[in-house]
Amino acid sequence: MGLLSDPNRRKALTNLLTRLNAPICMVCYLAAIVWFMGLAFEPFTLRTYMSENAMGSTMVEERFSSGERALSLAKEFDAHKRKAGGMPVEWLVKAMQARGLEVFTQSFSRKLPFPDENKERYMVRGTNVYGILRAPRAPRTEALVITAPCSPGNSDNQAVGLLLALAQYFRNQIFWAKDIIFLVNEHDLIGMQAWLEGYHHTNITGMEYSPLQGRAGSIQAALSLELSSDVITSLDLILEGLNGQLPNLDLANLFYAFCQKLGVLCTIQGKLQRNDWDTAEGYTHAAQTMMLMVLKQACGRSWGDHGLFLRYHIEAASIRGINGFRHYKMDVATIGRLLEGMVRKLNNLLERLHQSYFFYLLPSLSRFVSIGYYMPAFGLLAVILLLRALDLWVNLGAPALEAVDGVTEAEQPSGPGVLTVLTPVVISHLTGVALYLLPVHLQEMAVEHFPVSETEAVVLTAVAIYTAGLALPHNTQRLLSGEGTEQGWKVLKLTALLYLAVLLGCTALINFSLGFVLAVTLVPITASMTPHMPKALSALAMVLLSPAFTILYCVFIYQELIEAPVSVGEGWMLFLSVISQGILDHALYGSLVYPLLALFIYPCWLMFWNILFWS
Amino acid sequence: MAAHRCGLSVVCILIFSSLAHPSSCDTLEKANDNTATKRRISEVNTDGSVAGEDMNERQWQSTDVEVNRSDGTKNGETFAPAKDQFQEELVIRPLHSGDIYASFQFRTLWDTDFLQEGQKKVSHYRLFPKSLGQVLSKFSVQELHISFTQGFWRTMQWGQPFIPSPPGAELWVWFHDTVSDVDGNWKELTNVLSGIFCASLNFIDMTNTVQPSASFKPLGLGNATDHRFLRYATLPREIVCTENLTPWKKLLPCGSKAGLAVLMKSEKLFHSSFHSQAVHIRPICQDEQCTSKAWELRQTLNVVFDHYTSGQGKKEWSLFKMFSRTLTEACPLASSSKVYVDITDNPEGELFELSPATPLLSQAVVLGDRRTYSVYDLTRAETFGQLRSFNLLLRWKGDSGDMLRPLLHAERYVAGFGLQTGEIHTVIYNNHPYRAFPVLLMDSVPWYLQLYIHTLTVTSKSRDNKPSYIHYQPAKDRHRPHLLEMLIQLPPHSMTEVTVQFERALLKWTEYTPDPNHGFYVGSSVVSALVPSMVAMSTNFTQDQPLFSSFVPVKEESSYFVRVYTEPLLVNLPTPDFSMPYNVICLTCTVVAVGYGSFYNLLTRTFQVDEPSPPLAKRLANFIRRIRGVPLLA
Repeated sequence: MGLLSDPNRRKALTNLLTRLNAPICMVCYLAAIVWFMGLAFEPFTLRTYMSENAMGSTMVEERFSSGERALSLAKEFDAHKRKAGGMPVEWLVKAMQARGLEVFTQSFSRKLPFPDENKERYMVRGTNVYGILRAPRAPRTEALVITAPCSPGNSDNQAVGLLLALAQYFRNQIFWAKDIIFLVNEHDLIGMQAWLEGYHHTNITGMEYSPLQGRAGSIQAALSLELSSDVITSLDLILEGLNGQLPNLDLANLFYAFCQKLGVLCTIQGKLQRNDWDTAEGYTHAAQTMMLMVLKQACGRSWGDHGLFLRYHIEAASIRGINGFRHYKMDVATIGRLLEGMVRKLNNLLERLHQSYFFYLLPSLSRFVSIGYYMPAFGLLAVILLLRALDLWVNLGAPALEAVDGVTEAEQPSGPGVLTVLTPVVISHLTGVALYLLPVHLQEMAVEHFPVSETEAVVLTAVAIYTAGLALPHNTQRLLSGEGTEQGWKVLKLTALLYLAVLLGCTALINFSLGFVLAVTLVPITASMTPHMPKALSALAMVLLSPAFTILYCVFIYQELIEAPVSVGEGWMLFLSVISQGILDHALYGSLVYPLLALFIYPCWLMFWNILFWS
Repeated sequence: MAAHRCGLSVVCILIFSSLAHPSSCDTLEKANDNTATKRRISEVNTDGSVAGEDMNERQWQSTDVEVNRSDGTKNGETFAPAKDQFQEELVIRPLHSGDIYASFQFRTLWDTDFLQEGQKKVSHYRLFPKSLGQVLSKFSVQELHISFTQGFWRTMQWGQPFIPSPPGAELWVWFHDTVSDVDGNWKELTNVLSGIFCASLNFIDMTNTVQPSASFKPLGLGNATDHRFLRYATLPREIVCTENLTPWKKLLPCGSKAGLAVLMKSEKLFHSSFHSQAVHIRPICQDEQCTSKAWELRQTLNVVFDHYTSGQGKKEWSLFKMFSRTLTEACPLASSSKVYVDITDNPEGELFELSPATPLLSQAVVLGDRRTYSVYDLTRAETFGQLRSFNLLLRWKGDSGDMLRPLLHAERYVAGFGLQTGEIHTVIYNNHPYRAFPVLLMDSVPWYLQLYIHTLTVTSKSRDNKPSYIHYQPAKDRHRPHLLEMLIQLPPHSMTEVTVQFERALLKWTEYTPDPNHGFYVGSSVVSALVPSMVAMSTNFTQDQPLFSSFVPVKEESSYFVRVYTEPLLVNLPTPDFSMPYNVICLTCTVVAVGYGSFYNLLTRTFQVDEPSPPLAKRLANFIRRIRGVPLLA
């Protein structure tokens, strides 16, 4: 600090920073990318370990053996599901009651803002069925949840069968200290959202649901089960929840520990772990796994039924059975034993899971990158913005500093008027508001005038507004009183840089992946943007690095990483559906990525677009 | 010995004659076997002196029964002038859900009244436990109720219990109105009781003690209304286990050596769905004119056994299966020792089968319902049969039923998410088809949930329901809890919802428990009500009622008193991460050192414009000028 309070040394430092600004920024950017890619390199990561004492040392014995019963229940469930054409409520209630649970149902209905073409639903009406296993001698203060979805078609029958078989087995045990809720939810996430809102008596998304009759206190943890075949080759763990929230790492550790114990193949992001970290393939594999996690987390949607629990501070994960082409197959009883072990350990918990990390990236199930290791990668990117801002600030202040020597301090022009800066800011944000509001509200009008479906109308309106925003500089300039001055764009850019830095910083704190992905694409172009660059070339670069194109790249990279590459046309269709899903996720579950992009990131990008066309 | 036997046979005849009478307690006798009884009693009383004492007991009791029948006592209790008395009974109720409910009650009467003047010191104890007697006299206790419960009574499946209790420990005490320092007495009393019952009652302090104005009225003599002398506290977190059971059993005259108490083996009692043990002490009338008082000590123990976990598929119950013991004798000190089995739902034996069959039947009105019981009298040798052991066997035939709809039912939960605010919802159901009735709701909420009392709403049938009486005592941080009492009229067949919002306080770091991430408990709220009865309750206490039906005095025929406890709440408070204090200390120290240091530096330093030092020639010239005395160069 002595450095800054001494004017001479301060001057020297700022001189250095302004003189070497561009090279430093370049170095920072490259360092950030290298640092991030280095995170997947095994020697740089930490081995996962169980932090929670109550789950670590107390090994439990798994005795579940009614795999056959689970399968026959699954068949029965399937038959009744077909007959009922949806959730077989009566059968399920009877089946749970026969297993000695307290059974309750909850009906819900939800009208989507526009039809969901991926899942073909618009007016959703359904019923959740749940049974509570009351723990003996426990005062109904704590609970665990096991869920299985009632999905259309052939999927997830085995999950419900296993759920019922587990319920029957658990009911005969005496050692439960927490109530266990067995929930079968209809319409996947919508049903889950209705149940969770009912359980906590909140209404944040405008869902209509009947109030819950039975409760079991505060829920400590939840496991969601997805199982669609009688035998499986591996189990996949899904952690990414709404808004990029992750459950406590101990939950993943618990799953991994039991997979090791029972000899079950386990994957994360559908990728098996490799042992050859020192080869190029090994590293690429880990990097791909981590990149998949980053992309999934960045998109802020819930990747399984567990994702909605996280908002309520309930640690939750989804376990998905995968039947691939391998020789080694496992039956349902093994999965039952795995779940039994996990639930028993969770039952032993004395406190909520809090010991381990909440912010982490997983290059494999046995290795993790904690927040302390990945944050510098983002920090290096954010520093670029701040350095550029400093450079501009010094530039703007330079004439003022000279004026101190003279006597004309009072006559110094007070910079560009507030109006020159405020007008573009306000107009960009208004465009953002339009992008946020209009697509959903104008769908009826769009459907009337154009031969498109509602979903297409919404997405295309969004794309249209986004594109229309590019014409903004002309309109802004028309509103401005005079010519844009040299100082004007500098002040605007300074504002925009600081704004972007704060935005990205806040985003990265909540959802690192989203912040990082946005920073990687936005920082280089925004940092170097001036009105004096060749217009056509830099405009092209700016458009190619705009938020919408970031989404498009993410779609392609994601498809590449899950080994299902798509052509450009398919990619475009996927891009459109991602946009519609993003809007739907926001309306249905309160995902914040769409409003963040529409209301903040896009306007911020527009401000830079304005600078490019500053005249 | 021969003389004793002779005397005993006379006693037996007396007892049986009293039973054989068409007495008012609806006891039907179908068979009689005098000789068996005689044999059994003579076997029990091998020691002469004990037998003598026992004989006295029986004589008193038998004459007493006669007295009752002729003119009746006021409160239904049978009295032996200046004599203590002990009764024990076990009620077994096969529950609707297929579970089985066993309720033990032991009553000890102590004919002394040390609260009267001149009788301050009592040094002679016979049946009444000395430890409790001394506590009563030292702290001038008028009435004492303490319960330890592990588990939650599931009203929807099991109906109403005989004596309800909240999960954890509950203690309420009425002090005598001569006590000047009630709080001091209360504090000492809780510490003493903590020692007696081996429980953490010493955690009761002013932050969890309240003085309810209406919900807890004395159950015994004395119509004290000034709630300054009442203290009520619950410890919802208290875990009940064998170390609490052992001292409780020691209070019994026979300990766990004889009588019904032999069944209380902790490995079985705690292998159940619900376990509750309680001690109730109150003063009652000694005789019908109520000229002098007697102390009544009721010890109750309620257990619910789970037919799933213990039955292993077979729905079959026996005393041996439940308790891993059978009964071989009554407590020799007991004046009555009976086992009741509720057979109301099973008149034709279609639901379950009971063996051995009993000739004795009894009817009692309990909780607004007329119930029929099979009675096994343990003082009679024939109960024990050839094997000299009594093992009741109950074989289920029917299926377990759906959920019940008890007339009054309440539940509670915390709504909302996040760590800043929340809302407590209390839902009270009145399932009576056409009768409305008022209930008293009492809520005691710890101070660290800061209630926003202006958000209190009471709604029934989606309409505002204004409570006719509200008693609210706001909390004082770290000193006393919130107390909210309301009298709410419940419309027939309705659901009434009481909501109040709260904010979670940020505790000081020393105030967190060792496991702060577990959450903090809020005790059960209490709903007390006079519920309309389906059948006429008997207010006539001249009858010799079974113990389980005579605890709460009934004032009117048309309704009966019910108390319902809701589940306790577990609320998470904002909790700092205690696991990394080192990091926190390092970080804060760094921030303070760097930030504060430099700011302090900047703020306190005086800045001066540095005069550039003049060149050497000028300095030299000035030096010469100073010597010469001419003005210096600028």
